[in-house]
Amino acid sequence: MLAETLQPEFADPEALTDLEKRLLNEYQQGLPLSPTPFADMAEHLGTTEAEVLRILDDMQQQGVISRVGPVFKPKQAGASTLAAVAVAPEELDAVAAFISAFDEVNHNYERLHRLNLWFVVTASDQQRVDQVLAEIEAHCGQPVLVLPLLKHFHIDLGFPLW
Amino acid sequence: MVISDRDHPLIAAIQGGLPLVSRPYADLARRIGWSEEQVINRIGEMQRSGIIKRFGVIVRHHELGYRANAMVVWDVPEQRLDEVGSTLGDHPCVTLCYQRPRRLPDWPYNLFSMIHGRSREQVSAQVKQLVRELGLDGIPHEILFSGQRFKQRGARYQ
Repeated sequence: MLAETLQPEFADPEALTDLEKRLLNEYQQGLPLSPTPFADMAEHLGTTEAEVLRILDDMQQQGVISRVGPVFKPKQAGASTLAAVAVAPEELDAVAAFISAFDEVNHNYERLHRLNLWFVVTASDQQRVDQVLAEIEAHCGQPVLVLPLLKHFHIDLGFPLW
Repeated sequence: MVISDRDHPLIAAIQGGLPLVSRPYADLARRIGWSEEQVINRIGEMQRSGIIKRFGVIVRHHELGYRANAMVVWDVPEQRLDEVGSTLGDHPCVTLCYQRPRRLPDWPYNLFSMIHGRSREQVSAQVKQLVRELGLDGIPHEILFSGQRFKQRGARYQ
């Protein structure tokens, strides 16, 4: 996958209308579970169903929202960990590409730190996770810091935007 | 509740998002051969049991101008970990909060939090405010701003 620099610039939050902001802010957590959820939202927001659908469709097209739908709890079965490695700046792109090429890697970020490459490895079992980490460590010639989740302190309620 | 094989068509149908039409659940139901009522009831059950963490508008922060995503890591003494983790995790500006192992001597931090902001300055100010507000003065921390995103794929359920 290509780095983000190829994505177009979008959506200055200041340019959103009050209705758009309310739609984003008030419906991150729960959509009405009625046969006509968008009409119910429209009634609550003081607008029409057609307008709600138009706004959501536009935002989805622009990539401001990825979807109107569920966030599933990560599957309990399987194994997963966050990991980090220090990579020489001139090798960052190549090492990142090597790591991203694993199907087991779903996140891979540069962070501005001595440990500058951070990624998440997820597989059906711990053995496969360890194997991927070992291959990455061998490729980098640097120790990979393995930082599995021990405890969760946050309940995902969406994100207040304004 | 337990997810069974008969849920798979529903999960597959909703995980990419609802169709943006007047009666989205009826539309999904037709596609998988269920009734509208069955679809609505099962989504409700999945929400109540926590299999679906939330069900709504999924905002992409980056595209909305929240480009300075920072991982803020804290070195919290064991006896304060639950207290600090819960207060930090409950704060509206914190989107993730996890305990992870220290890896001494390289890595002394055991609490990881994620903060999104419009700029690095805003995130730094936010962290200062958190330290003040939550009484975290004595707890060493570091802010790791994000650089390039090389890969980001939402976790799929199946």
